[in-house]
Amino acid sequence: MSRPVLEVTDLKKIYGQGEATVHALRGVSLTVERGDYVAIMGSSGSGKSTLMNILGALDTPSSGRYLLDGVDVSRLSDGQLALARNRLIGFIFQAFNLIPRTSAVANVELPLAYAGVKPKERRRRAMAALDVVGLADRAGHEPNQLSGGQQQRVAVARALVTEPALLLADEPTGNLDSKSTDDVLQVFDDLSAAGRTIVIITHEKEVGDRAKRLIRLVDGGIVTDARQSPLHLPPVGAARVAHGRAMVAGRHTR
Amino acid sequence: MNFFEVIRFSLRGLSANKLRSALTMLGILIGVAAVILLVAVGNGSAKAISDRIEALGTNTITVMSTGRGGSSSTSLTKDMADALVDEQMAPDVKSVSPVVSSSSATMTYEGTDHSVATFVGTTPAWFTASTTPVERGSAFTDDDVAQGRRVVVIGKTVAEELFPGVDPIGKQVTVGGALFTIVGVLADKSSTGFDDANDRAVAPLTAVQQVLTGYGALTSIIVEAADPDRVDAVQGQVATILNQKLDVDPSSTSTPYRIQNASSLLETQSQTAATFTTLLGAVAAISLLVGGIGITNIMLVTVTERTREIGIRKALGAPRRVILTQFLIEASLLSVLGGALGVAAALIGSQFSIVGVKPVIVPSSIGYAVGVSIAIGLFFGGLPAARAARLRPIDALRYE
Ligand SMILES: Nc1ncnc2c1ncn2[C@@H]1O[C@H](COP(=O)(O)OP(=O)(O)OP(=O)(O)O)[C@@H](O)[C@H]1O
Ligand SMILES: [Mg+2]
Repeated sequence: MSRPVLEVTDLKKIYGQGEATVHALRGVSLTVERGDYVAIMGSSGSGKSTLMNILGALDTPSSGRYLLDGVDVSRLSDGQLALARNRLIGFIFQAFNLIPRTSAVANVELPLAYAGVKPKERRRRAMAALDVVGLADRAGHEPNQLSGGQQQRVAVARALVTEPALLLADEPTGNLDSKSTDDVLQVFDDLSAAGRTIVIITHEKEVGDRAKRLIRLVDGGIVTDARQSPLHLPPVGAARVAHGRAMVAGRHTR
Repeated sequence: MNFFEVIRFSLRGLSANKLRSALTMLGILIGVAAVILLVAVGNGSAKAISDRIEALGTNTITVMSTGRGGSSSTSLTKDMADALVDEQMAPDVKSVSPVVSSSSATMTYEGTDHSVATFVGTTPAWFTASTTPVERGSAFTDDDVAQGRRVVVIGKTVAEELFPGVDPIGKQVTVGGALFTIVGVLADKSSTGFDDANDRAVAPLTAVQQVLTGYGALTSIIVEAADPDRVDAVQGQVATILNQKLDVDPSSTSTPYRIQNASSLLETQSQTAATFTTLLGAVAAISLLVGGIGITNIMLVTVTERTREIGIRKALGAPRRVILTQFLIEASLLSVLGGALGVAAALIGSQFSIVGVKPVIVPSSIGYAVGVSIAIGLFFGGLPAARAARLRPIDALRYE
């Protein structure tokens, strides 16, 4: 067995001081193996986003250890962190975080540009990623010309475009209708079947059910951690591709 | 990611925020143009004044009578002028030109009248002493003066008024009921004051005295020094001779005459002008500062948005160096472009005369203005970006 992609031990995150202190994470320990598909659920304010930001190397914990691919993230330099964020991790924000007044395709191209991909190749791959989320026809639109769901799908495309080994998604389906949700989840299932590691935060039970492993957070701590399907097999969703697509189609044609 | 790509990113960033880019550039443009133009106006007026003084001749002194009412005991006479030509007492004097002038002479040619602003009667030395050379034809001679011949050299304006399209030389005009023959035309003289330096006529002293002014007092005596460095010496020598002639008590502080020294006038004048330019420069510096504050404001107002954008870029894997380069290029493009436009605006503006002054650009002011505005643009454009690039991505994203 290779070393785990993510390994956190006794992770704590404390916001503010004195009266206003918030313990967003109270000692989370978690190991995610390569190829796993983990769903994190929990009520609002339970610390899901906080955990995710730390896993994405966007934030630092107050205490605890975080190994990304076996490397202690707190030891990485700015350049190494940038490299990890660019090549290793695809991050989907709860709040989309698209760059304003910049077209959808330019937003999707951005990680490729920082990876040093040539402009032509970049454009081709960005268009392909937009096509996957069904937004090829909106490529030239700027974020404020897109609906919330469309913006979210642009954010998904941006995270997928570098084909990262680790996909971290903070409620990627929060603003989507069931059709779009299914499309996006299908992409995740395919990625998982292709051996990539996925961690996804969700409020929806159906989304959680499709993951191989379900973690529940309450008040900054893990309360349950259940394996729903074997690590080395494709996720349940991927197995019923044809069936699921037909079902979705049927639901919508009605 | 190569440098060329970063430049493309910067250009895209600038075009994505057109209003902000335009306002920033406008701020720099105004600051730069104001500094250059104000300094140019100050310099221009200083130059105008010194030109006017230099036109008087820097190696001459002018003796004028202060006595009012033409009392014979205090007025300047031809006799005194002759006394100034004295190898012993005034060795540094090169020439002496007694001058009478009339401002009410009317010149008539074939029915056309022209009222000449200054009709000067003098000796041939006047032409060099007053730096008013003859352009066409010739000046009159000492012999003309001795004989009181009625010949006249006219200025450009007079020639244009009376002889449009005709060569005036050899023509005869009537002045004060007497016929004068035109022998020459004066070279163009820059007139920077209210009166036209080209609107004049010069004739032999004796002729003018006979026809126009009478044989009374001289208007002034122009004394030319042998060397510009000897002007002060000449002034002393002239004063000594005149005091003797006019019986002035050496201990008395007031003399019946006044000596105007062009070079000392020029000196005081250029000092005043320098002060003036410095003052305008200070005003300009303030306007540059205000322009700078404008730039700063615009840059700081957008700092929230920029910080968030930097957060996103970092989250997507942009190294700090690339972010910094991008934002610094953005800032420098804005300030360089704004500065260049400001210089262009100033150069165009300097073609027009401002409040009656023709601005003369001071090259160093361009350097200063552009330098300062670029520094301001870079500092306030680069500083927030540098700060944001150092933040953790999540903190940059949350920045408010
Ligand atoms: N920057 C911050 N400063 C102070 N407190 C914070 C900050 N960010 C989060 N918190 C607090 O930490 C706790 C966890 O926040 P977090 O965003 O992780 O919740 P969440 O589980 O993602 O919730 P949701 O499902 O609503 O997105 C919350 O109580 C929140 O108020
Ligand atoms: Mg959240």
